[in-house]
Amino acid sequence: MSRIAAKFAALKAEGRGAFIPFLEAWDPDSATSMAILRGMPGAGADLIEIGCPFTDPMADGPAVQLAGLRGLKAGATMARTLAMVREFRREDDTTPVVLMGYLNPIDSYGIERFTTDAAAAGVDGLIVVDLPSEEADLLLPHATARGLDVIRLVAPTTDVARLPLVLNGGSGFVYFVAITGVTGTRTASAAELEAALPLIRAATDLPVAVGFGLRTPAQAAEAVRVADAAVVGSALLDTLLASLDEQGRAGPNTVRLVLDQVRALSEAVRAARVPA
Amino acid sequence: MRDRAGRLGYDGELTGETATVNTIPLSNSPPFSNSPPFSNSLRSGPDGRGRFGDFGGRFVAETLMPLVLQVEQAYAAARADPSFQAELDYYLKDYVGRPSPLWFAERMTKLLGGAKIYFKRDELNHTGAHKINSCMGQILLARRMGKTRIIAETGAGQHGVATATVCALFGLPCTVYMGATDVERQSPNVFRMKLLGAEVRPVTSGAGTLKDAMNDAMRDWVANVQDTFYIIGTVAGPHPYPMMVRDFQSVIGEESKVQMRAVEGRLPDVAVACIGGGSNAMGLFHPYLDDTDVRLIGVEAAGHGVDTKQHAASLTMGRPGVLHGNRTYLLQDEDGQIQEAHSISAGLDYPGIGPEHSWLHDIKRVEYVSATDDEALAAFQMCTRAEGIIPALEPAHALAHVAKIAPTMREDEIILMNLCGRGDKDIFTVAAALGVTL
Repeated sequence: MSRIAAKFAALKAEGRGAFIPFLEAWDPDSATSMAILRGMPGAGADLIEIGCPFTDPMADGPAVQLAGLRGLKAGATMARTLAMVREFRREDDTTPVVLMGYLNPIDSYGIERFTTDAAAAGVDGLIVVDLPSEEADLLLPHATARGLDVIRLVAPTTDVARLPLVLNGGSGFVYFVAITGVTGTRTASAAELEAALPLIRAATDLPVAVGFGLRTPAQAAEAVRVADAAVVGSALLDTLLASLDEQGRAGPNTVRLVLDQVRALSEAVRAARVPA
Repeated sequence: MRDRAGRLGYDGELTGETATVNTIPLSNSPPFSNSPPFSNSLRSGPDGRGRFGDFGGRFVAETLMPLVLQVEQAYAAARADPSFQAELDYYLKDYVGRPSPLWFAERMTKLLGGAKIYFKRDELNHTGAHKINSCMGQILLARRMGKTRIIAETGAGQHGVATATVCALFGLPCTVYMGATDVERQSPNVFRMKLLGAEVRPVTSGAGTLKDAMNDAMRDWVANVQDTFYIIGTVAGPHPYPMMVRDFQSVIGEESKVQMRAVEGRLPDVAVACIGGGSNAMGLFHPYLDDTDVRLIGVEAAGHGVDTKQHAASLTMGRPGVLHGNRTYLLQDEDGQIQEAHSISAGLDYPGIGPEHSWLHDIKRVEYVSATDDEALAAFQMCTRAEGIIPALEPAHALAHVAKIAPTMREDEIILMNLCGRGDKDIFTVAAALGVTL
């Protein structure tokens, strides 16, 4: 069983939803970002999503855009992002790690070589934002052959007729993009989530994570009342940004402030009701 | 050309029409084409996945994908509907001012001493550039689809002005994304757009140029999928945009064929156009693709020189990758990060190129060369003085190449160049480059 499947199975047995915090690789520098990654499981992260910096993140709002640029400025590359995961795996062999990014840096690395190196580094799943089902055959065979889950995105614009195509070949979990918009800009209402989730569940047995609009502990808790996991990204990046000095360097409290927020979000998710 | 057979309408090894591999009916009948469709035509792409060979495709987020498919279906239906073509023809003739003239540039010809030089005068279109050809087609499609809001990206501002113009004509609200750097260097066009009632949103991410404007336009589209139509300014973006914009711009090449035959009794020996994203070049070249006696030359912006880091020559110096919804040649570093392009011309300042150009480059049907800022400036001044036509800095790049090759050709040979925009918008940039204070 993959780390992702094992984690969701364990949480199901425990009777609660998962909390998935997001961080951008090398944001604002290698050491700070590594410290945040290392601290996340202890602060209550059930899975971790790591953003791979890209110059042109078309589906992301300002928070992730700026985080990516900070990472790139600090020297992030795809190889260095994989090295972060390898380092993390030396002391944590159970917390699933999912990479989120755009196709071009993966394509430039070489898709086959990337899936090989990612699996060897201890990556469990891939979210490639600009790789819709229509183009997914570029990645799916390579990822599947190496035991990497390809996590498919379902959007509010995805209609029921299209769902089987979108979910085809996906594994690990399904990522429901809760809003029509870029990351961190708006929050889906509970009613919107309650309307969408049954349609997705009817089409797949995979766990469903909700992301793209969750900022607060209350919103994360609300999400896991209907879904299996809540992803929070931009709100954590905003906290990180606010802790930087004028030159954009990490402050003395950067790691602690981000991890405190992870803890608060995680506690809210743990206290929320279990999906029926 | 991996995987060409089976995915493309063209394959040199296929024989007979039964061997056609073209799976989408709409690509066999360009609405502006006078040429019969053949299965072995270079004009039958893209394939059903929106690919020209290895290039093109639909690399967008799932949120946009249903909408991109909707645009594809709506365009296919419009293309098959004679009333759509009739409506477009009406606006192109009486509003845009088509056909644009074909001008024998006699003084330039004498000055350069060689091949006869003709200009396709698309700078005489309403709004002063070729961009409105495609804007008109796209806004008519948006209306057919019931969309009530228009967005666009712009570099030099020509596409933004053309989009704002058709929005004013049809009374639709318009938001134009424009890099903050470009807002500064193209201020007359910014004011024009505002006069036309458009909202101009300066984009500060990245270097604040065309690439970044396109990112923000796509982010707007993701957030407003229900009511918004994105009028893309070039032959790039997810399928069907490269095909659709090409079809709308092909009026340039189609008209020029008729005009060349009327004036010279034959087609030109060489057709030349400048390339940023490549819409004016594709519009000129596409009707000539199967006329293999006609040399086709695309001129990229070499900025300070292709051996520096300050250029926009994606085909000359880039390598294939994925950006803005399609696979194409891109300026990128070893890690796949997109690099900033540079050109004195804001309209060529783009690190990618339309996917069909990438394919035509790889199969060597079109030659792609480059001209520097300085060469374009010299051509700009030469044309202004010799012909009394102030060209935009974009076609000044094409003209710089014409100036290189015309003297090497015989006097009975013919060069056709697309003069795709007028230079009024560029006088401040040119003045600064020449050290003149206005």
